[in-house]
Amino acid sequence: MSDLSFFGYRRENGRVGIRNHVVILPLDDLSNAACEAVANNIKGTLALPHHYGRLQFGEDLELHFRTLIGAGANPNVAAVVVIGIEPGWTARVVDGIAKTGKPVQGFAIEQHGDIETIANASRTAKDFLHAASELTRGQCPISDLWVSHKCGESDTTSGMGANPTVGNFIDKTDVMGVTNCFGETSEITGAEHLCRERAVNKEIGDKWFATWQAYMDEVIEPHKTSDLSESQPTKGNIEGGLTTIEEKAMGNLQKIGKNARYIDVLAPAETPQKGPGLYFMDTSSAAAECVTLQAAGGFAVHIFPTGQGNIIGNPIEPVIKVTANPRTVRTMGEHVDLDVSGLLRREINLDQAGDALIDMVVRTCNGRLTAAEVLGHREFVMTKLYRSA
Amino acid sequence: MNTLPPDFLVHDDRDAVGVVVVEGVAAGDDLSGWVMDCDKTINLAVNDPIPLGHKFALRDIRNGESIIKYGENIGHAVTDIPKGDHVHVHNVKTSKW
Repeated sequence: MSDLSFFGYRRENGRVGIRNHVVILPLDDLSNAACEAVANNIKGTLALPHHYGRLQFGEDLELHFRTLIGAGANPNVAAVVVIGIEPGWTARVVDGIAKTGKPVQGFAIEQHGDIETIANASRTAKDFLHAASELTRGQCPISDLWVSHKCGESDTTSGMGANPTVGNFIDKTDVMGVTNCFGETSEITGAEHLCRERAVNKEIGDKWFATWQAYMDEVIEPHKTSDLSESQPTKGNIEGGLTTIEEKAMGNLQKIGKNARYIDVLAPAETPQKGPGLYFMDTSSAAAECVTLQAAGGFAVHIFPTGQGNIIGNPIEPVIKVTANPRTVRTMGEHVDLDVSGLLRREINLDQAGDALIDMVVRTCNGRLTAAEVLGHREFVMTKLYRSA
Repeated sequence: MNTLPPDFLVHDDRDAVGVVVVEGVAAGDDLSGWVMDCDKTINLAVNDPIPLGHKFALRDIRNGESIIKYGENIGHAVTDIPKGDHVHVHNVKTSKW
């Protein structure tokens, strides 16, 4: 299957997208209203409202800019209108996105007010949308594809079916030159010794372990009140039969398969720089935060294995749901893109499940809408590292 | 694969627990299980109703003993757990936090 291909949009910087959004991007919480008004005026554009962007500083501010610039730079985005309360930081986001070569223009609200800003930004958004609507898909080798992975509302069927299916996908596509990414720093807890060994070499394994240890020292230790038993595993995990964080971590790691080795450790929302291969990104294990960071890192399509039935979507990176839980398929099947519950009945094997997932990913890249897209799930959630000034 | 669907799965031959993959398992039911890593079939009766996705003991487990699943330690028993009993947060705790 190494001659696999898909039909995507090749962008000015050579990256390939599978969607063709014109994004109306707020710099800050104050600018959400203007962005949503523009998206309402110009049908077919997409506003990405979020909660932050004022009085942040240091590493937290850097992450804010990296996430916004990364979202705009994502190859699923054809063009971007940025709106901010003032021109300085607005220009910083515009300049960051402009490095990709795609059309981008910024508007500041101060000295103009919402109404004039909305009118001006709407005219630009209309021009951008006309241009984007004339772009066409072209055939691209599968090695042009960047795929991120994160599981959620996991249960024991995740570890037995859905996650090993993703692992089979990663093992097969890693050797085809696909760029894959997993994350969820906290959820590796209990299997950190095994994850460290899956690095391509000792240096990268040590880099991973330092990332995990920093999370334990800087986040868990200062903030925990007793232990994390109430949060990890989650109530949904426990309902699904998962008992401890170690059990959850073992199931989680089934996602990276048996052979692939990660070649680098990315900061949150950081773009891979080492070429094709498997990457780890330092992320929260909360679904919407994790996928938003991976989208900002440049990943075009997301694979989301679930047990009890997480319903997350992302506005710019389509999220494909995979489950092996037959009850989830029966009770909330409208959220499921790929049903691999046949694994638990011994009707199919892992190799067949992995091939079915590759097929679903290619179909999604070619234009099939995911369940989350059809149901309108657009969870765009910024990761905030600490309180604002 | 023309095999009867299993009632429970076991990841690894070393595991102390099996995972129920069908709905409606009641106390006293005699279940058929599939050990995935060595493709072996085993049979065992359970002492409790076990929901889909939940675990039960494949052998007697002593208080304090490690619980092995995926061939790895996933926590420890906080009471004696007889073979066939439901294994979950009421009788197993993490060894991590």
